[in-house]
Amino acid sequence: MKPAEQVTVLKINGDEVSAHADQTILDVARENGIEIPTLCYLENLTEVGGCRLCLVEIKGAAKLQPACVTRVREGMEVATHSSRLDTYRRKILELIFTERNHICSVCVANGNCDLQDMAAALGMDHVTYPYLNPSVPVDLSHELFGIDQNRCILCTRCVRVCAEIEGAHTWDVRNSGINSRVFTDFNEPWGESQTCTNCGKCVNVCPTGALFKKGKAVGERTRQIDFLPYLKTMREELK
Amino acid sequence: MMNGESRNGPAKPRLATVWLDGCSGCHMSFLDLDDKLVDICLRADLVYSPLVDTKTFPDFVDVTLVEGAVSSQEDLEKIKHIRDHTKFLVALGDCAVTANVPSMRNPFGANAILRRAYIENVTLNPRVPDRVVPPLLNRSSPVHTVVKVDVFVPGCPPSAETIGYVVNELLDGRMPDLSGRTRFGA
Repeated sequence: MKPAEQVTVLKINGDEVSAHADQTILDVARENGIEIPTLCYLENLTEVGGCRLCLVEIKGAAKLQPACVTRVREGMEVATHSSRLDTYRRKILELIFTERNHICSVCVANGNCDLQDMAAALGMDHVTYPYLNPSVPVDLSHELFGIDQNRCILCTRCVRVCAEIEGAHTWDVRNSGINSRVFTDFNEPWGESQTCTNCGKCVNVCPTGALFKKGKAVGERTRQIDFLPYLKTMREELK
Repeated sequence: MMNGESRNGPAKPRLATVWLDGCSGCHMSFLDLDDKLVDICLRADLVYSPLVDTKTFPDFVDVTLVEGAVSSQEDLEKIKHIRDHTKFLVALGDCAVTANVPSMRNPFGANAILRRAYIENVTLNPRVPDRVVPPLLNRSSPVHTVVKVDVFVPGCPPSAETIGYVVNELLDGRMPDLSGRTRFGA
């Protein structure tokens, strides 16, 4: 039997909410119907706090904190929405759009993309920063799948689902900062990977059109992620 | 006809549309307003457009819809002139708002694109044009990076309904609120 869980009381946007001590602010907010925008977060994968869209204000803390990796504390006072947060979230989203070439109209994920939806949700109707238009590769060497680095937002969902759920750890991130790229094995073409099991989980969790099944045209990429909770439970039972 | 004058009663607001580096899809979507175009024409004078004969942009226009990215020297000169003579400039569609498909050449630069189109893929007299065809800018850019834009309407193309809403709001003297109406790639 588990030890008795400690209950914590905190305030989100002025309202008192109760939580288990090991929960994150994002968990508790969503449980209480408070929406905090996220891109890299995916339920059932380890949280990494990478995209920074879930930044929230915590009373007494000078810095904004990512809600997906910040645990609740007794008496904590959290604000999930403010003009300051709106400004930062919009800037973050705009910068994501400038870093690669996101051409929604010709993208395999058009109409089924978390990045596109986020722009609409945050009212981002144009990008104020200069587009970088980097020259980045497309790898179509895999028999079933492709990766278009033009659409990658470095959320690392593919890396995490491959390592944590499939157990293959084919994907990882190399380089740093603006030169970061997801890659397979020892940076060999995906089709030559000796660890890839062809399971397609990475393709299903990709929030954009970076990973896709071959043969899909514009707007045809669909996703299936309801397998995650089952597989996660199965893996935990094996431990 | 100057602003403030009209042969038929009070002056109507003056509407223009221009087509820079785009596929004309935004104009096609505008035409999809069908019978509602008649209502717009009853409320506004369409003073300049690929759809009318006038060849020079008038001195004063209330609302100009711009389709397309700024990709050539000609686009750049046109849009600067249009901005100077327009009250409300609307970036219509993803090419005007983000440079969209035209920007797919940006990672390579203009020279590589011209070489590809006019030399590498041509068997008869391959040569990059140096007259008539407007010189390409090295990058294709969203309209707001070269002139001030008042209203952004993403979409590829924005629906006829969205365009009709934007035009009618502006003609009514209101700034359109596009939240929930359109998105990139729509």
